[in-house]
Amino acid sequence: MKPNKFWSWLVFGLGAAYFIIPLVATFMFSLSMRRGYYSFDSYASVFSDPRFQATFGYSAVIGLFSIVVGILVVVPAVYFVRLRLPWLRPAVEFITLMPLIIPAIVLVYGYIRLYNSSSIIPFTGSALGTDILLTCAYVTLALPYMYRAVDTGMRTIDIQTLTEAAQIAGANTAQIIGRIILPNILVAVLSGAFLTFAIVIGEFTIASLLNRPAFGPYLQNIGANRAYEPAALAIISFIITWGAMGMINVLGRFAPRTSARTD
Amino acid sequence: MTDTTAGQRTRRRLSFEWLGVAPFIIFAVLFLMLPTLYLVGAAFIGRDGQFTLENIAGLFTDQIIAAYWISIRISGASAILGALVGLAIALAIIRGRLPEGLRAAVMTFSGVASNFAGVPLAFAFISTLGRLGLVTVILKFIGIDLYKSGFNLLSFWGLTLTYLYFQIPLMILIIAPAVDGLKKEWSEAAAILGASPWQFWRYVGLPILWPSFLGTLSLLFANAFGAIATAYALTGSSLNIVPILLYAQIRGDALQNPGLGAALALGMILITATANIIYLVISARAERWMK
Amino acid sequence: MAAFLDVQNLTKTFGTTTVVKEVSFAFDKGEFISLLGPSGCGKTTILRMIAGFETPTSGSILVDGQDITTLKPNQRQLGMVFQAYALFPNLNVGDNIGFGLKIAGMPAEERRARVDEMLKLIGLPGFERRYPYEMSGGQQQRVALARAIAPRPRMLLLDEPLSALDAKIRVSLREEIRAIQLDLGITTVFVTHDQEEALSISDRIVVMNSGSIEQLGAPHEVYNKPATRFVATFVGHLNTIEATVVDAATGLVDIDGQTVTVPTLPATASAGAPVSLTLRPEVLSVGAREGNDITLTGTIADVTFLGSVIRLRIALGRNTLSLDTFNDQRTAPPSRGEPVTISLASKDLLVL
Ligand SMILES: Nc1ncnc2c1ncn2[C@@H]1O[C@H](COP(=O)(O)OP(=O)(O)O)[C@@H](O)[C@H]1O
Ligand SMILES: [Mg+2]
Repeated sequence: MKPNKFWSWLVFGLGAAYFIIPLVATFMFSLSMRRGYYSFDSYASVFSDPRFQATFGYSAVIGLFSIVVGILVVVPAVYFVRLRLPWLRPAVEFITLMPLIIPAIVLVYGYIRLYNSSSIIPFTGSALGTDILLTCAYVTLALPYMYRAVDTGMRTIDIQTLTEAAQIAGANTAQIIGRIILPNILVAVLSGAFLTFAIVIGEFTIASLLNRPAFGPYLQNIGANRAYEPAALAIISFIITWGAMGMINVLGRFAPRTSARTD
Repeated sequence: MTDTTAGQRTRRRLSFEWLGVAPFIIFAVLFLMLPTLYLVGAAFIGRDGQFTLENIAGLFTDQIIAAYWISIRISGASAILGALVGLAIALAIIRGRLPEGLRAAVMTFSGVASNFAGVPLAFAFISTLGRLGLVTVILKFIGIDLYKSGFNLLSFWGLTLTYLYFQIPLMILIIAPAVDGLKKEWSEAAAILGASPWQFWRYVGLPILWPSFLGTLSLLFANAFGAIATAYALTGSSLNIVPILLYAQIRGDALQNPGLGAALALGMILITATANIIYLVISARAERWMK
Repeated sequence: MAAFLDVQNLTKTFGTTTVVKEVSFAFDKGEFISLLGPSGCGKTTILRMIAGFETPTSGSILVDGQDITTLKPNQRQLGMVFQAYALFPNLNVGDNIGFGLKIAGMPAEERRARVDEMLKLIGLPGFERRYPYEMSGGQQQRVALARAIAPRPRMLLLDEPLSALDAKIRVSLREEIRAIQLDLGITTVFVTHDQEEALSISDRIVVMNSGSIEQLGAPHEVYNKPATRFVATFVGHLNTIEATVVDAATGLVDIDGQTVTVPTLPATASAGAPVSLTLRPEVLSVGAREGNDITLTGTIADVTFLGSVIRLRIALGRNTLSLDTFNDQRTAPPSRGEPVTISLASKDLLVL
């Protein structure tokens, strides 16, 4: 059984090298703005750039709205499909998989053509409209992840029993979802939320094609014009992603365990 | 009397259920179906508003065919390599008798790396393997000149290598539950029947993983095929892949023909859909033995 | 004649806990051996060392004179059946049964014939194209048995193969396993925690407790002459009577105010000392019976109808005894609260 372990270590080691070397290289590169010695100058340069603050703030706000809209759209749907409309389930699952199959650039092209200023719903006719469209586009992008997270959350709690207990206690449906179901799947919903944030924060294609001042296009612009700042930005982005994923991991420890899990 | 109230109550409850599902359905129609259908339709409508196949025919130019071809190759190569390497790593950390903590660490890292795509990823690889990248410089220092030996980050292999940074972790995340599902008893039963470890994988382990493997493969393919930010940030518009071509078309930098743009998009949808249909057909045959 | 399966001083330590301690046993070719003991006593670990999935910390395992202690599982030519069937889900029944044959390089024609033969043996002819998920647990376990014996292994190992099945199938399949084993004459090691199972199908039983052998013997020996208190209580049901010694020399003891004579007493017994007497429920009779030299009176505390057997609980005072009688269709079972006289033969008492 020794060779087995040897191959495992080899595979793991090669994989680790592939994933760690670019991070190390990027970090070293980001410290090399000054000739001859390492410094954090590139980071200072990034943080002091007002466009960095503005675009990052913009993307963060859009991200928060995307999370809220995503929860409002997904949670009731999952709840009712699980509880009352199980025959809709295959259709709903298919819909949530579509964003993984239809490229984002195709979707945004459709939006631009469909919702231009002369259409019935002229999203792109105003800045606010475009912001709304951008939010909806991000909700769509994150739909597979949000749906999966919420669906898993509802599977681990017995929503049927919870609902019946709440009904006997006289709660209406909005109260049941808001006060009973949501708190019980909070961890799952937050996982979906952080994943949404990780996807939205540096998104380039849609923001760029809708001409919004988001973080992704800013990154791209810096990359085309600077040498060391992009490396610093890559490290910053990696840390943000790590933070979002780390939150999901931490939250996972608080997730309710399904009672049906026996082995 | 009672009948009517019961009927009303059912109806009210029904409408309430639909009210709950309605936002989701409206959302799906507005932001997934209508845009897609609109583009599919637009691909067949000429400047004069009449039905035409000209836009489709317009795809068959050398430049566009070459773009599709290199896109398919990069997506295929990064999907296949990503799937194979991801599977190998998943097997190593789950079945390879490595320390317990390693697995959790790899899974967490995979969650991060699979989302670390787009522009920052391009920056990381430029800092690593670009002309002035750290690895390039170090290798040159010890006498290996990557770029003289034909490597270029802005090429097919350069882009594939970069894409693997999110493809491999995605594979690990999706295939890990399937690898977990391989029971220890199966390999023991095979061993006691005389099978070598390799024979176990050949006849039992890999066939059981095959449908999940294929499913993830098609997902990775679609993932790479639609990816643009990484490639765009790496290469500008110098690498002629389909999403960059479409991006340029939308920005109005090139082509200047909305019908052709729609046809490009239709082609992309057809290719990712085909990848998924191939998966569905093969896995339906491979999954005979499943419930 | 040298033993076919010879296990010598087998010891297994996981970390700091020794779960198998210096276990030795030897069996002849064709014997059906059970490893019997409570959950966690090390039965599976022993079986897995025989199979080659665990490496003994010390000791050796010989099969047919060959030391297999360090061989890989796939070189041992053994067959094994697992508790959870462990059929390959991607292969149909025919391919599952033929797996070992295919690995051994048997030509397809011959293989098909052997698979057919096996399917007939387990009573599932015509099932070769089914997939495991299309079959019941009992059917799957038969296929697993067929898969294990198809390559004609030197020995068959079964780890609680019946535990996952429901009661009825459990009994019928164990009879079938025994019949097939006798038919093939294959040496078999059967692990179970169910004493009834072990008693009913084994040639010999190894009774284990926390990593050590308590007793090794034929089912009737283990049951009738338990070597230790553990064996007596673990195998079969056992009544314990707490009595007081009246006269150690003559074997006179007091049981809840009734004085009886017992054949032997521990050497340490002295007048007034407490003593435990044990006996099987079935050696007690209601009323007097020829050959029974001890008579006690009590009250029926409980009646449990078990079908062919009726189990009575009889209160004597602070002692309550279980007593098994056969069901008699012509008379109603006794009822609770009735006074009753019971008798036993003093030679059936186990003084432990
Ligand atoms: N791989 C292992 N690592 C540590 N302890 C183990 C391992 N396998 C078994 N044990 C321990 O050894 C003891 C005996 O286990 P086992 O042989 O499975 O018992 P049985 O089959 O008689 O129920 C148990 O206490 C179990 O927890
Ligand atoms: Mg066991």
